[in-house]
Amino acid sequence: MNACRRHENTQDCFVVPGKMALPNQYFAGRVGSRFIISLRDSTKILGVKCPKCKSVYVPPLEYCEKDMTKIDENWVELGNEGVLTNYTVVNYRDAHLPRKAPYILGMIKLDGAEAPFIHIVAGIEPENAAIGMRVKAVFSEKTTNTILDIDHFAPVEG
Amino acid sequence: MTKKKNRNVGIIGIGMTEISSHKENQNQPEMINEAVRAAIADAGITLSDIDCVVHGNMELFEMIHQPDLWHMIGTGALGKPGFRITTGGTTGMTLVAAADNLVASGMYDVVMAIGFNKLQEAGSTTGGITNMADPLWYRHLQTGALTSTSANLSIEEFGEARARKAAMKHRIMMDKHASLNERAHRRFGLEYDQMEDLMKNSPPLIGELRLIHMCSQSDGACVMILASEKKAKKICKKPVWIRDHIAVHREETASNAYFPILSETSQRVAARKLFTRNGIDNPVEYFDVFEMYDPSAWWGIEWLRDFFLLEGDEAIKMVEEGDWDLDGKVPVNPSGGVTASNPISATAMLKPAEVALQMRGDAGRHQLKREVRHGLASGFGGVMWTELMILEKDLNW
Ligand SMILES: [Zn+2]
Repeated sequence: MNACRRHENTQDCFVVPGKMALPNQYFAGRVGSRFIISLRDSTKILGVKCPKCKSVYVPPLEYCEKDMTKIDENWVELGNEGVLTNYTVVNYRDAHLPRKAPYILGMIKLDGAEAPFIHIVAGIEPENAAIGMRVKAVFSEKTTNTILDIDHFAPVEG
Repeated sequence: MTKKKNRNVGIIGIGMTEISSHKENQNQPEMINEAVRAAIADAGITLSDIDCVVHGNMELFEMIHQPDLWHMIGTGALGKPGFRITTGGTTGMTLVAAADNLVASGMYDVVMAIGFNKLQEAGSTTGGITNMADPLWYRHLQTGALTSTSANLSIEEFGEARARKAAMKHRIMMDKHASLNERAHRRFGLEYDQMEDLMKNSPPLIGELRLIHMCSQSDGACVMILASEKKAKKICKKPVWIRDHIAVHREETASNAYFPILSETSQRVAARKLFTRNGIDNPVEYFDVFEMYDPSAWWGIEWLRDFFLLEGDEAIKMVEEGDWDLDGKVPVNPSGGVTASNPISATAMLKPAEVALQMRGDAGRHQLKREVRHGLASGFGGVMWTELMILEKDLNW
């Protein structure tokens, strides 16, 4: 059993404890802020559409990453519903996580978007989640001016 | 005639954002994208012409891991080979050096280098640096980049009055240059008759290092596109050539065993080695411009001596006589230098970028009147890391 066990003598070998406190901030930018404001004030999920290559970006971008076209004025309203294209179940608890495990993190392709984005899926037991099911945004009661102004996505009844 | 071991490398595109402390309107990839678009437009190429992207910042300040990946939406690196470089304060020039090596080696024909930092997003850059120091020996003992060692040494050597005056003159000269540079962050409009007042009344940081002497904390991005000689000549009307570069660092605190060989600064070692192997005997005569990474005015006057291999009070005398001014013997930092603008990981790239713009005649209001044929640019970072780069207008060295 212990054939691979190493036998270094660790007596009197200090382990130096560390704890970093590095406050910082992030500038959401004008485009990102408008997206959040729309969630907060209108409960609408916005994307931007590139007039050149027709890509629809959510979260939105200032310039199309493919052809560098300025797209930040070309807002499109996406549906608050979409399809669960993939998901995983978070099975461990940690202070930094927004929910108690187990919970679902899903890839949701909103109606009108071309690629999915990530959010929490709730209102369903993990074992009942399924790729292809329709889900809809449930908005938070209290704003945090973050992506968590969408509280989660829940299955669409029927 | 090939000057490098394999093939020559030219700068074909330069893009930079305005440097400021108020970029709340852009997130990180958006700010980077602004400089990327500017560089691509400057080169007159499209993203598809770029073979490889190197990206760098001090990620500790933006607190985002693997930023080269998160920033893909702004870098244009989608589907391209690339990697991240993070060498502290020198990151910006290490990126250029790496891009140069990648092209010179024959690995890629066109490489885009991206350097940026958004220091307004960092809670405390000094806190970050000190928190990450070696936990056993130095975390409790080191102070980051704020030091008055350089001031103390200058004062000891030249006397308090002369040293303080020289440092302040350098600082005001930088501000005068910055005032002409529309992209510079801090432009105070200082005048030389304010020297006495500033020496007395600028808030002291440590010893004789005062707030006015110290570099800014800025947001900004710089992008440079490098190409092989063949491609550069085809794409670009005015390519600027990267002749040679060198990196020297000294881990001062790493081991006392090294102490006996650390009698020279990394700046002087870098200059001596680089000039020797390029046959440059008199750098003051040779260079038409020097863009120096001067984190403080005190370091500025100290390092001018080292970079130009001067002795005694020669460099300080040149400060006093205005020899580093825009119309002096060797114009130093027409951009306004680092005391004006310091988006750290773009900072050291802004140095060769500024030299290249001066060579092309595209610097704008702070364009030097003389023809700029031979340029020098330096980067600086932790563990006294010095990068030094020679740039040439013509392929004839
Ligand atoms: Zn597009």
